[in-house]
Amino acid sequence: MIPAAFEYARAGSVQEAAELLNRFGEDGKVLAGGHSLIPLMRLRLAQPSALVDINPVGELNYIVAEDGHLRVGALVRHVDIHTSDKVRKNLPILAEVAEEVGDNQVRNLGTIGGVMAHADSAGDYPTLALILDAEIVTNKRRFAAKDFFQDLFTTPLEPDEIVCEVVFPVANGPHKYVKFRRRLFDWAIVAAAAQQLNGGWRVGLTNVGPTPVRCNAVEKALSEGASPEQAAEQASEGLTPSGDIRATPDYKRHLARVLTRRAIEASS
Amino acid sequence: MKHKVSLTINGKGREDEVEARLLLVHYLRDVAGLTGTHIGCDTSQCGACTILLDGKAVKSCTLFAVQGDGHDVKTIEGMAASDGTLHPIQQAFWDEHGLQCGYCTPGFIMAAAYLLDRNPDPSDEEIRKGLEGNLCRCTGYVNIVKAVQSAAQTMGRDQARPQPAATGE
Repeated sequence: MIPAAFEYARAGSVQEAAELLNRFGEDGKVLAGGHSLIPLMRLRLAQPSALVDINPVGELNYIVAEDGHLRVGALVRHVDIHTSDKVRKNLPILAEVAEEVGDNQVRNLGTIGGVMAHADSAGDYPTLALILDAEIVTNKRRFAAKDFFQDLFTTPLEPDEIVCEVVFPVANGPHKYVKFRRRLFDWAIVAAAAQQLNGGWRVGLTNVGPTPVRCNAVEKALSEGASPEQAAEQASEGLTPSGDIRATPDYKRHLARVLTRRAIEASS
Repeated sequence: MKHKVSLTINGKGREDEVEARLLLVHYLRDVAGLTGTHIGCDTSQCGACTILLDGKAVKSCTLFAVQGDGHDVKTIEGMAASDGTLHPIQQAFWDEHGLQCGYCTPGFIMAAAYLLDRNPDPSDEEIRKGLEGNLCRCTGYVNIVKAVQSAAQTMGRDQARPQPAATGE
């Protein structure tokens, strides 16, 4: 399958990329790892008039740990997140999740910035960003994760706005991400994340709605001394997931409870 | 509008003018004439089109040819030695019957090359995890895993073998 024709330009810096996007207008898109965009273009579900290739932008490829934060540049590939000592030490759940994204070939190209900007409800990093109160920094503004994931594939990004980095808090306490899928490289049918931070629990779910979900009721129950099993019963409260070929809404609600319990119990 | 790409394929430099929308796999097959890289699913799932880009396994259907500009590409055609001696991974797929219809084989071999480069002595489980991005519709996975295991042994042996001593002092 061959994508529709488009203009192509390569940017060497964030500023140059923004200028190019400005010139191309609303139908211009950023090309980073391309592992969501190119499949959509091949199916012609996306037909951008122009692509700005930011792969050469070295200033977006870094991992820095300082002042209680882990800052990950938008162009860092999943493989480099997974193998980074800084990530393993400061936010091990992120390194573990990175290894669960796609397969080796996908992880060699896909980027964290691309996952954020694409805002797929089955994306894994957005759930971590949401429950950890991470920030998404663009060339124009900073967003709290809860304000960034607005709807399915929908963020507040403007046409000439580029995700530059994701800022996570350092969190190296007990944690677990449990991803339920039929094949190793599949998207999550449902996934649950649990992380201890500042003496409390952060719990969230992937792919049970148009955006990632934070399980406030579960967190509250845990803080009041509920067992993981009791707390996890709250995980499906208020969820209205859509069904798909892999799971009905009811089954997803069931998975939300089961996986939440497993994530909390398996946290180490 | 066409874009100039200049890249190295299997050790040889090459320059072409390509449309931006040309996928790397189509470039390799239709422009460079290297049809060993297969197209299986067209949806970035099956891994039949796996090549090495600067030594890293990637799916060449999920990359535009223009993105290859300035990079080093290795395809299945670049695996055997110039005298035709098969690469140990190719030989192992032959010996262990690691293929049935053979359509997925080039992708599996390139993915295995990447895997063994990073982990020269993998367990069966590590091989299965390392090849998760490749599908075999004949479901010949047992022999594929055996083939990679056997290639790892051969390559490890070759590595460990002492170099012949220089003669003639």
